[in-house]
Amino acid sequence: MTDRVEVRKTYKLFVGGAFPRSESGRTYEVVAADGTFLANAAKGSRKDGRDAVLAARKGFGAWSAATAYNRGQVLYRVAEIMEGRSAQFASDVMAAEGLDTEAAARQVEAAIDRWVWYAGWTDKLAQVLGSANQVAGPYFNFSVPEPTGVVVAVAPQDSSLLGLVSVIAPIVATGSTVIVIASTARPLPAITLTEALATSDVPGGVINVLTGDPAEIMPWLASHADVNALDLTGVTDADLAVTLEREAAGTVKRVRGPQADHDWYATPSLSRLRSFVETKTVWHPMGT
Amino acid sequence: MTTPPLELSLPDASPGSLRRFLHGLPGVDEVGANARVASLGTRSIKNDAKAWAIDLAIRMVDLTTLEGMDTRGKVRAMCAKALRPDPTDATVPSVAAVCVYGDLVATAREVVGDRIHVAAVATAFPSGRSSLDVKLMDTRDAVAAGADEIDMVIDRGAFLSGDLALVHDEIVAVKEACGTAHLKVILETGELRTLDNVRRASWLAMLAGADFIKTSTGKVTPAATPPVTLVMLEAVRDFERATGRRIGVKAAGGIRTSKDAIKYLVLVNETVGDEWLTPDLFRFGASTLLNDLLLQRQRMASGHYSGPDYVTID
Repeated sequence: MTDRVEVRKTYKLFVGGAFPRSESGRTYEVVAADGTFLANAAKGSRKDGRDAVLAARKGFGAWSAATAYNRGQVLYRVAEIMEGRSAQFASDVMAAEGLDTEAAARQVEAAIDRWVWYAGWTDKLAQVLGSANQVAGPYFNFSVPEPTGVVVAVAPQDSSLLGLVSVIAPIVATGSTVIVIASTARPLPAITLTEALATSDVPGGVINVLTGDPAEIMPWLASHADVNALDLTGVTDADLAVTLEREAAGTVKRVRGPQADHDWYATPSLSRLRSFVETKTVWHPMGT
Repeated sequence: MTTPPLELSLPDASPGSLRRFLHGLPGVDEVGANARVASLGTRSIKNDAKAWAIDLAIRMVDLTTLEGMDTRGKVRAMCAKALRPDPTDATVPSVAAVCVYGDLVATAREVVGDRIHVAAVATAFPSGRSSLDVKLMDTRDAVAAGADEIDMVIDRGAFLSGDLALVHDEIVAVKEACGTAHLKVILETGELRTLDNVRRASWLAMLAGADFIKTSTGKVTPAATPPVTLVMLEAVRDFERATGRRIGVKAAGGIRTSKDAIKYLVLVNETVGDEWLTPDLFRFGASTLLNDLLLQRQRMASGHYSGPDYVTID
């Protein structure tokens, strides 16, 4: 066994269901928590971001039109596939974050459970966030949540798998599509997740994963007129967050601010689901 | 670009002479054509050059709608867009022409006046399957309604079965029916199968009096491709060297992005030279391309990426 030639890994991006190299041709070295070399990851550029927006916009039509029940099934299927590859996820998380076996396994289980948790909410959210409103006239009046559109998210820098899943699952659960920039220093669990997603039932373009530096890519996506919302959870530089919020204002995007030191193991609230929906209110005459 | 004249003995009108000439043309090296196109496609056009290329591409667009469901209202809206592609920016130039079916020419002419050209597809577009009389009537009808450019299709069945004289005579007859209107001859390269055929059909159309040769109807896949366009541009270049006449080329169908359009412009510049970088000698037949050009233009003007919500849906 010791005679084997080492298989060195250079990973790519995940855009529109395919694995393209970065348009820039750049890569960067990913090292483990103890400093040993793990793999090369693609260093995404603004043009990769632009391509990802095109893919996400293309994916939005069918995904937002799918029934909530169907979306729940698709999300549950991601959990199933991750369960089958849990050993690989655990070793990735272990290397990336320097955890012991037990803690890594706990994070993977929590990440899988997170998919199941949000999968369950897809067809129940409208009953909670929506309402039948009382109006002074012979009308039925309903408010229903609808997906926001294309959302760009920055995944937490510390929690490489659970944090990532906790950010993307609520966005896609309500029918939006997402471009997520994985943790810069710990991208490998995210890359393994893309390999799981590619064999799952999630349609191409619904979840797009870029690796690289958010400070380089995000300003272009924050000002991009075809992006509808930003999730800045993983932005650690306060100045960058302010810049991005200012850029986003030009096209009135929804922005969810940075969230440092969050306990990702805590059971989520509906806050993230609520962040990326638009409420539509419909008036309908009674008796016709 | 200064190139020496080409010594060619051009055919006379007899079928035998035409056949000998067209089949005597050198064969196209398909691998070479693909490689040439691929290498030119890697040219990087940025900043000022890109801004110039985008405006030129906009001026070269034949804004097209050729659907059975076209209405007069849709044609009017398209014509307004052709004149003023981006209502938020007065510096955007008008496109070269609008291209519609013959029965909608009058509607288009009403809106655009004589500010841009109106092209009509004629001769039983897109299949070209009808008698010569019907094709000529179709052409005269469109010209009478105000079209100053006619896009005709060749009879691919006759061409593929070797009846080159029939195709030639048909183009000559349609050219005559056009009067002063410019004639664009659609080769429908997707149905000609080989690049050798594309070269022959290009020469055939030019010898018969075409003012433009056009790749495709847009109804057949593949439509315009860079290798096909390269072969047509080479034919145009050689034809000028042999006769002194400049023929235009129109790439139509399947060109949807600014990046693709700029690749075509590079191809034109490197094959026939920058004299052809004018709407009089090179056109894009397109509908969705214009929106992408506008998005790129907005991106360069504003400094941030634009989106489809900021251009009209058509």
